[in-house]
Amino acid sequence: MSVTQHAEPAVTAPPAPGPKETDGRTAQRPLALRLLARPEVGVFLGAVAVYVFFLVSAPPVRDGSSMANVLYQSSTIGIMALPVALLMVGGEFDLSSGVAVITSALTASMLAYQLSMNVWMGVLLALLVSLAIGFLNGWLVVKTGLPSFLITLGSFLILQGVNLAVTKLVTGNVATDDISDMDGFDQAKKVFASSFEVGGVQVKITIVYWLVFAALATWVLLRTKYGNWIFAVGGNKESARAVGVPVTFTKISLFMLVGFGAWFVGMHNLFSFNTVQSGEGVGQELIYISAAVIGGCLLTGGAGSAIGPVFGAFMFGMVQQGIVYAGWNPDWFKAFLGVMLLGAVLINLWVSRTATRR
Amino acid sequence: MHRHHRAAALTATVLVGALFATGCSSSSGGKKSEEGDAAASAGKATTPRMTVAMITHASPGDTFWDLIRKGAEAAAAKDNIKLVYSSDPSAGAQANLVQNAIDQKVDGIALTAAKPDAMKDVVAKAKAAGIPVVGFNSGVSDWKRLGMLEYFGQDENIAGQAFGERLNQLGAKHALCVVQEQGQVALEARCAGLKKGFSGDTDILYVNGTDMPSVKSTITAKLKQDSSIDEVVTLGAPIALTAVQSVSDASSKAKIATFDLNKELVKAVQSGTVQFAVDQQPYLQGYLAVDSLWLYKNNGNFSGGGTAPVLTGPAFITKDNADDVAKFAAKGTR
Repeated sequence: MSVTQHAEPAVTAPPAPGPKETDGRTAQRPLALRLLARPEVGVFLGAVAVYVFFLVSAPPVRDGSSMANVLYQSSTIGIMALPVALLMVGGEFDLSSGVAVITSALTASMLAYQLSMNVWMGVLLALLVSLAIGFLNGWLVVKTGLPSFLITLGSFLILQGVNLAVTKLVTGNVATDDISDMDGFDQAKKVFASSFEVGGVQVKITIVYWLVFAALATWVLLRTKYGNWIFAVGGNKESARAVGVPVTFTKISLFMLVGFGAWFVGMHNLFSFNTVQSGEGVGQELIYISAAVIGGCLLTGGAGSAIGPVFGAFMFGMVQQGIVYAGWNPDWFKAFLGVMLLGAVLINLWVSRTATRR
Repeated sequence: MHRHHRAAALTATVLVGALFATGCSSSSGGKKSEEGDAAASAGKATTPRMTVAMITHASPGDTFWDLIRKGAEAAAAKDNIKLVYSSDPSAGAQANLVQNAIDQKVDGIALTAAKPDAMKDVVAKAKAAGIPVVGFNSGVSDWKRLGMLEYFGQDENIAGQAFGERLNQLGAKHALCVVQEQGQVALEARCAGLKKGFSGDTDILYVNGTDMPSVKSTITAKLKQDSSIDEVVTLGAPIALTAVQSVSDASSKAKIATFDLNKELVKAVQSGTVQFAVDQQPYLQGYLAVDSLWLYKNNGNFSGGGTAPVLTGPAFITKDNADDVAKFAAKGTR
């Protein structure tokens, strides 16, 4: 007697209020909530929060040229964060991406200088080298089946050593020679490292590339067959293969895409600073990965977007520069950076949890 | 599919080859315009071959440390010494490298004591094994306590003060000390010295030295935040060259002066984009450290009588004397 009474409420739950066409499980939740549940919207709100915070606490941020500066810093992170994010959606990591940027810059600079070639030749050969590194990373990952974390940890260390040793071997120094007086330099600088004026504010061209690449990546990810393949191989490699997705091609091409990004940022570094120190770039790979993760890419692959990492990179740039604009005690700089990022990520998490709760 | 790939690869190779062949060469700059200078070379000692271990706390790929190593190699070549160079930025690993040298039974050790207390035990062990240890570059206030034979380097604090006094003469009012590695003792000591010697205000800014675009925008941000800054003081040559761009990005009127040199920086001093540089003469430090071990072994000499350090800096490089330094800097030895 008492038993049936006890069980009754659970069995006959009161029907959901409102129209009865759906059974509650497939009910359309309000548009706002559905939007909030998307990872890139969470990070967007986090980025807005950070932006507003510094807008209030750091008066110089209100200046247009300060914003251009913040965006410049964000763009150099963001351009690399895009392919790194796509690779993560595809279920792999690349720890060598930070030093690969420097490898590319060193290659272009040293080849052009040592062979006294037009710098465009160096730029072109550096692209080939960067793509080859990406190909090798991808090929090893696919062929061995080992975690990309291990493979690219290896290539990270190899590139770090090669950067230093080859530079020393070729130039006799640990930094490349100044190539700013060579043929083609000014042209290449225009392409990779120029700036233009918008309403009295000098805007760096990398910002434009960043946004264009982001738009392109979004389109590829959401509107093309290749984009579907990326999600598929990141979700479940075996099922992807079973339904005819070319897993090997997709993975290797993603690694090569990271190579392309490394080349692009490497060329920017080279043409804005004229020389490259061979020890640079270490640690940057984690910043790229962080930007992608903050941007809602899952560490396990199969989920993410290209727009999320844009906001992730913006958040990084904003916090890093915002602390300086705010004039806070620099001893605490790293701690502030960590707290702000953690805070932003928590907002992101909270928003998406609240939004998906029923 | 495969054939297709191969064809594409072949086309690319041919294209690149063609570009080479058609002479896509630069008419200015490049290796061709560089003159072939041989490195400084003197006679060679006829003393028996000895082995010296040089162990530093350098992070790999830094232009500054490369000069130290070149100086050490020059001395080694001249003194018939086999030089074993190793480095590790973490104190524990550096101590292990010293132990390694002791195990190899080297004839002398040249050591940077950036983290002096971590070196205490191994230096004592080396002494017990009868291996002389000389200090250089870092540890000016600790080398005696550690029981090192002699010391070659710059007192960073004194160099910072001299830097500050020079800024006073030049009429600067508000300096920004840019530190590229937070918590590095020598760099912090420079800024502390600067604060002491400089009569105006000194702010400190931390930047990430391994990421130049970030260095550039961070300095720009600081100059925007505080427009009264009229002097950017950097602690490494590549950072100074980047600061030049930051100053123009921020359309600030600040001038730039720096610690340490490289060849691009000497050019910048010559052209006036960088006001002056303070050189601690790393080549000299490396050279003297190795050479002193040779002298000690062959003639029992040691500099400073075990009580005073040998100071290799601060040497000021300004527009007036930059030309003299430029030819050595271009060779990568100054």
